[in-house]
Amino acid sequence: MLQNKAFVRKTRGGRIQKIVREHYLRDDIYCGSCLCQVCDTKGACLSSPVSTILIVDTNVVLNQIDLLENTAIEDVVVLEVVRDEVKNKNLSVYNRLRALCSDSLRRFFVFLNEHHRDTYVTTMVGESPNDRNDRAIRVAAKWYQTHLGGNTRVLLVTNDKENKRKATEEGITAETVEAYVKSLAQPDLLDLVVHPTSEDVTMKNVEDMRPSKRKVIYIEHKPMSEITTGLLRGIYHQGKLRVNRYNPFEAYVGSESIGDEITIHGRTNMNRAFDGDVVAVELLPKDQWPQETSVSIADDEDEEDENVHLVPGSADDAPRNTNNVQESAGDVVSVSCRPSGRVVGVIKRNWRSYCGSLEPMSMPGGNGGVANALFVSKDRRIPKIRIQTRQLGNLLDKRIVVAVDSWDRLSRYPSGHYVRTIGEIGDRDTESEASSSTQPLFAYNFVVLIENDIDCRPFSTQVLACLPPLPWSVSSEDLANPSRQDLRHVRVFSVDPPGCKDIDDALHCTALPNGNFDVGVRILLTISFVDIADVTNFVHPGTHLDDEAAKRGTSVYLVERRIDMLPKPLTEDVCSLRSDVERLAFSVIWEMTSEADIISTRYTKSVIKSCAAMSYIEAQARMDDSRLMDPLTTDLRNMNALAKIMRQRRIDRGALTLASAEVKFQIDTETHDPLDIGMYQIREANQMIEEFMLAANISVAEKILKHFHTCSLLRRHPVPAKEMLESLLRTAVAVGLNLDVSSSKALADSLDSAVGDDPYFNKLIRILATRCMTQAVYFCSGDLSPPEFLHYGLAAPLYTHFTSPIRRYADVIVHRLLAAALGIYKLPPIFQDRAQLTNIADITLSPVQVVILGKFSDLNYRHRNAQMAGRASVELHTLIYFRKRPTDAEARIVKIRANGFIVFVPKYGIEGLLYLTPKGGSGAGEWVVDEEHQKVKKMDGSISYSVLQIVKIHMEVVEPQPNRPKLELTLI
Amino acid sequence: MEYVSPEGLRLDGRRPMEMRQIRAEIGAVGKADGSAVFEMGNTKVIAAVYGPREVQNRSQQINDKALVRCEYSMANFSTGDRMRKQKGDRRSTEISLVIRQTMEACILTHLMPRSQIDIFVQVLQADGGTRSACINAATLALADAGIPMCDLITSCSAGYLNSTPLLDLNYVEDSAGGADVTVGILAKSDKVTLLQMDAKLPMDIFENIMQLAVEGCKAIANYIREVLLENTKKLEHRRGV
Repeated sequence: MLQNKAFVRKTRGGRIQKIVREHYLRDDIYCGSCLCQVCDTKGACLSSPVSTILIVDTNVVLNQIDLLENTAIEDVVVLEVVRDEVKNKNLSVYNRLRALCSDSLRRFFVFLNEHHRDTYVTTMVGESPNDRNDRAIRVAAKWYQTHLGGNTRVLLVTNDKENKRKATEEGITAETVEAYVKSLAQPDLLDLVVHPTSEDVTMKNVEDMRPSKRKVIYIEHKPMSEITTGLLRGIYHQGKLRVNRYNPFEAYVGSESIGDEITIHGRTNMNRAFDGDVVAVELLPKDQWPQETSVSIADDEDEEDENVHLVPGSADDAPRNTNNVQESAGDVVSVSCRPSGRVVGVIKRNWRSYCGSLEPMSMPGGNGGVANALFVSKDRRIPKIRIQTRQLGNLLDKRIVVAVDSWDRLSRYPSGHYVRTIGEIGDRDTESEASSSTQPLFAYNFVVLIENDIDCRPFSTQVLACLPPLPWSVSSEDLANPSRQDLRHVRVFSVDPPGCKDIDDALHCTALPNGNFDVGVRILLTISFVDIADVTNFVHPGTHLDDEAAKRGTSVYLVERRIDMLPKPLTEDVCSLRSDVERLAFSVIWEMTSEADIISTRYTKSVIKSCAAMSYIEAQARMDDSRLMDPLTTDLRNMNALAKIMRQRRIDRGALTLASAEVKFQIDTETHDPLDIGMYQIREANQMIEEFMLAANISVAEKILKHFHTCSLLRRHPVPAKEMLESLLRTAVAVGLNLDVSSSKALADSLDSAVGDDPYFNKLIRILATRCMTQAVYFCSGDLSPPEFLHYGLAAPLYTHFTSPIRRYADVIVHRLLAAALGIYKLPPIFQDRAQLTNIADITLSPVQVVILGKFSDLNYRHRNAQMAGRASVELHTLIYFRKRPTDAEARIVKIRANGFIVFVPKYGIEGLLYLTPKGGSGAGEWVVDEEHQKVKKMDGSISYSVLQIVKIHMEVVEPQPNRPKLELTLI
Repeated sequence: MEYVSPEGLRLDGRRPMEMRQIRAEIGAVGKADGSAVFEMGNTKVIAAVYGPREVQNRSQQINDKALVRCEYSMANFSTGDRMRKQKGDRRSTEISLVIRQTMEACILTHLMPRSQIDIFVQVLQADGGTRSACINAATLALADAGIPMCDLITSCSAGYLNSTPLLDLNYVEDSAGGADVTVGILAKSDKVTLLQMDAKLPMDIFENIMQLAVEGCKAIANYIREVLLENTKKLEHRRGV
């Protein structure tokens, strides 16, 4: 049967177009019930002893997805019309729904009612699309009822009153979500139910519910149409809201339309916007722009700030605080003239699930066990969230996950619902005693993982089934493979951090005998190999293993544990290039002169047998020990010599030697408590390995780009924008340093020459410079022009990731590309679909965030999350470490504020706030900030602190609010 | 974008291996020697054939066979956006050529020396696959005109989207940017007379898709044969046989 769908659409050019599309109605769409006698039950999933089939309305899916994800809800029919509506309204909910429907363990069935002959409805005259869809749902429910007959109950679950009423009139059993969940008699499920917001219910109801909350706290959000016109006319400014991590009551909106950041003060002006939301902002009149406060660490309200945290890795993490300081001295007024505004509407919400705990409160009596509680997120930029729970007693001492549902004008806090419990916070007594039990740590770790959206579940059986049988060894087939070179006779070795089990790179270096003499200079030809574990030999595209790896994207390294991208047997055994076992590898082979000039490059799959798996310390010791003359040591020394030349060459090209404050923990093996922390020490051996890996990556990038010009996965590091470097320049000028940031070479040189009188000065400047940089990102070569491929930090025109396929999915892709370039494998079909995939990515995502290779689109996101989780884990361990040991240390001032400054503690790699005036104290006006010289002075001039100055501080863990320990820094 | 849903339906409700509804009608233009309307879903084309007749331009006359000419055009109202396309643009010139060459392969031109056969095809409504529809319409019109042919030529397209081979692409699928393979075959002798593709595909996938398109051509050939048979019966009836 044929139906034509006709609708009118406005084109981009503004013209009105009528679009006619065919719409075929079918008779071969089945109901999905295993009991059905009429339908084909092959694809059926609604189980046989089923008594009730749920048909869910769109609003139920959109609002109650957390409930649907609970395993107690089964036998759900998702209608096509619902699915499409959800897709149009909320893509993330749609993806979760899609995951539910494709999960073979859950009984969710998609019924294509729009293409079924009997359930298709045409829009009636004067009927709105919404009403039509509601009718379609009812028609489908009716159809199910008559189709399945009396033995199955069909229940329409809807929260739409009108729809429910009409359904009951038509003889369909319909219930609201609350009623249905109540009938299940599982009280904990009720917590997952999102309660209708007061915007849905009438004003009268609100007054009944909470008589005390009658007053309107926030101004109304403007309707979307008004925002759009306002943006066009330049009255409103659009941007992403970023809440100050030092002060949750201050936020910035980077606006392109005025080319500056708009500051937003206070929750009222923020008007219910969350961190990360895309908002429309209206500028306040100039006389309302606050004076001076913008540079102080505001602590005006009752909540305290997160004081101490790790040093941000790059400029992306820190708020871009571009103070418009005029260079002309004396122009004091301009200092405070940062545009200030208020949010008039939220264009795109960034709500997700948050981790935290409930605010301690006494158990209320009565009220049917339902209690209202306030949830405090671990991320302090997030406001408290009001939730309703029936298991308050249970949840009070737990770490829980909460999702935000709505935030109406009448309530101070957003309302949300409980999603799940992570674990115990731990007994208060034990915790204050600096407990060493692993349980709270465990829970904390989960917080870290969940906050960063990292999947730490064990691998499913489907995934494990893709593994090769163990114990695994190189088979004769592998050896016979003509594209695989036998390199077992070569002296290959690996150098890694101590205790490393997932060894994915090994090296080799041989001096060639054909060294000839030429004008007195002996040119010794050497062959260097970099062998990378051949992961793609085991991870085939399209398998469950591959999908899982793509989803994880990268391994995550926490302080005391590692969350693998691939299952353990692969990472630690089959793919790990351990010593004295034969392993499959992908080798990059260079022939080099002793001046490290590459004469030829070759790529091949190979079989290797590593003769030694050394740690950096071991390798360094071997090189340094002049008595050792064995071949392995000679190889090491040769390589080191080459690496030094390569490194020098790279630096001459303008590669930046940036520094980061990486810290290293010594962990107690029993209790997993940190015993000692300190900065990570970098040896020559580290640099040697790094150099060869960089060279391998660059060589591979050249090769794959040559073969696949439009679909290579490369990595680029954008040139930092001028304003990002501004804060660095200001600091530098304050200490009398002249930095040239015109190019990476100039910056590298001026960083080299920035040697102060104390030895740590240079490192500190480098750390500050690192923070001004953007992050490097993966991208698809077809989407940018070659000059944009540049990796700024490495000063390499091309770069990719090839050397760690065990722990990064990007490398797996690059391995496949390289294998295809060598003609070993065919290019996986995903690359061939690129033209279309690029289209999609271009439309839905901004080009900076994305790798356009379709399903790999979240590689950058995953990569970043893994780094954030790693940092959060270090932060957590720092806290645990200092809990036992209040310490004095030397710190550097890195930023000046009106009532304090931000200090950096080099020894422990942490950064925190230091107040000069006691909190809420009277001495606010005592200190004067000198922006130009980056100094803070006492009024009488007796004491002054300037940027980069050394101060002595005391560090101690305090717990001003229960369950929220924090590190406090005080000046000695 | 998703062109095939996980449940296995395309945007318009077809399964990947299904064709759109086809309909053919012979004798739409009374003045012409032979004519036909051919519809594939919302794509609708009309074809008219004149000839064999005297060659209009003597210099083009071929002494040992007939001259076949073809003109393809799109009606201004055929697409949604009422864009005025000038006659003789590159696209229609190309399609005219393609249709002429394809049809020449089956017309027994050597039987009609020093004569001319004109084929006019016009797209009344475009929704993807106009090339195929034009060829099918032309076949019918030629048959209607009684021009001797060695076989019926039918054409169908197939594409590759979301890693799935799709038969008979409509406009939305056609403009998705994937491969689009148009195949024309001699229905009985199973010989390919037209093969076009405007993208890159790996060899094995291409073979699959081409096979799929050939299957589509055969299905169309069956339908066309039915229509012709019915038409012949009608003519017979009119003659009173």
